[in-house]
Amino acid sequence: MTKPEICPLGVDGILVRFARSLSEDANTRAIAFATQLKSADIKGVVEVASSLISVRVGFDPALITRQALAQTLSEQLAQPKMTGTGPRRLWQIPVAFGTDHAPQLAEAAAMAGVTPDQAAAEITGQRLRVIALGFAPGQPYLGMLPPHWDIARQSDLTPQMPNGALVAAVRQLIIFAADAPTGWRHIGQTAFRVYQPDTPAPFAFQPGDAVQFCAVGDAELTSLKDRSDTNGGAQVSVIT
Amino acid sequence: MPNLIIHSIGPGVTIQDLGRPGWTAQGLSTGGAADRLAILEAAAILDIPIQAGIEMMGFGGVFSVDSDMRITLTGAQMQASIDATPVPQNTSVLLRAGQKLTIGGAKQGVFGYLTFAGGIDTPSIMGSRAAHLTAGIGGVLQAGMSLPLGKDTDPLTPPMRLTPTDRCAGGTVRVMPGPQTDFFDPATLARFAATTFTRSPRGNRQGVRLDYDDIPFGLSGGRNITSDLIVPGDIQMTGDGVPYVLLAECQTIGGYPRIGSVLPADLPRIAQAAPGTKLRFNFVTLQEADATAVSDKATLAALRTQTTPIIRDPHDIADLLSYQLISGVTAGDDL
Repeated sequence: MTKPEICPLGVDGILVRFARSLSEDANTRAIAFATQLKSADIKGVVEVASSLISVRVGFDPALITRQALAQTLSEQLAQPKMTGTGPRRLWQIPVAFGTDHAPQLAEAAAMAGVTPDQAAAEITGQRLRVIALGFAPGQPYLGMLPPHWDIARQSDLTPQMPNGALVAAVRQLIIFAADAPTGWRHIGQTAFRVYQPDTPAPFAFQPGDAVQFCAVGDAELTSLKDRSDTNGGAQVSVIT
Repeated sequence: MPNLIIHSIGPGVTIQDLGRPGWTAQGLSTGGAADRLAILEAAAILDIPIQAGIEMMGFGGVFSVDSDMRITLTGAQMQASIDATPVPQNTSVLLRAGQKLTIGGAKQGVFGYLTFAGGIDTPSIMGSRAAHLTAGIGGVLQAGMSLPLGKDTDPLTPPMRLTPTDRCAGGTVRVMPGPQTDFFDPATLARFAATTFTRSPRGNRQGVRLDYDDIPFGLSGGRNITSDLIVPGDIQMTGDGVPYVLLAECQTIGGYPRIGSVLPADLPRIAQAAPGTKLRFNFVTLQEADATAVSDKATLAALRTQTTPIIRDPHDIADLLSYQLISGVTAGDDL
């Protein structure tokens, strides 16, 4: 276990970095540390945000100095509270793997050394975790798939992905929400919207949430897209 | 309620305030005005709380209001007139109902701001009225639209002005170290600090690219790094090793290495550098950087003390005789 680095990130921020490259361990520690800091309610701290490998602690320099905050963070790091920091919520999200809904499933499965059916079974047979949100608002990076899913991004970018596309690369899945080209491969389709800015709860996910995909037929997914009484048929439950 | 009527408008004009902080973990950056100082200056000049204004990227438009309203123009220097009378910059000016306010191109700088004493009264989304185009919040303003404004409670307040910090001419900006500064070798850092850059034509509210004439600023070995949290001001070295300074509407995480971060106090100088403007970077220590940290509240309080009334020369008042210059005169025997 590497020792976390405490770095400046802007005149009103400190970055606590748990590793320089992504690992499940570093990400778990980052999310747990963010949870710990939020409950510690440190005076002068205005925002705590976790990412793949780090936590940014935003502070008000009028209320706390960088030096004092760095000291407090070191003390918090010395007493990690890993209990009770597992997933709090479980999302169950329908996904379709039919050819029209998953144009690159066969290609991605071949790269992972499995058949398309095995690929779909592996993706739905595992509980994934939101390791970070970003690139577009609310867009989740979900991990980690087994090591044989360490497939590279394609160099030819796909100009546009449909909203809710399930895309894969580097042992991760994304429920795509960005209006931008991507090198991740389109291996499934959800009717789930991760970000709805005009609603009282604009973001579906929190870092650390658990996600379980369940396979549905193409026709069922199409009908889910048309329904306004559900967000893509997703269900969320609190893990007790 | 008063309304703003947009008769014509340039491209990329949006409503901006100081943005919506607090959503970094959800992947939404704070956004808000590219030149935050201009929003604070407007509040000081009009002596109002912080209000959303109209951010004009290089070009304004033609506007009118249906109720008398004080306005002010801050940020980039834009060619502006009310009917045929030129409008001074950084000054509170009365725009009467039905008069045409014409704002043309930027003479110096990039982002100009039009602020109303009554503020803009569009609905607030997640605590802000600012458009965040990449996040699908709000949109670009169009000709023919009208926007609700708050009422100016005292349109006849004598005009005030402010001498702004000059930030439209480029120059040297201060850079503080960040989490990846030491990923670069000392020779690269030294070369970066010794280079004169030119603001590229490629730039928007997300960031600006800087051109220069030399080999790329890369990491030794060209290694890949894991995506990490980024903030406005960060100087990314993009795939081709060219610096790109992040502005208000940047993303929240990024995978390009970052050599350092422009101090918030100097970031308006980057935002307001028009294409072709020369810029240089000066690394400061963490202690020096932290000494520049000032809250928006403190900045605004200081600006409020710097506004001065305009004393007009009667020679410049075309309609002098229409003013009531003396009031309350009596015959003297009724006191």
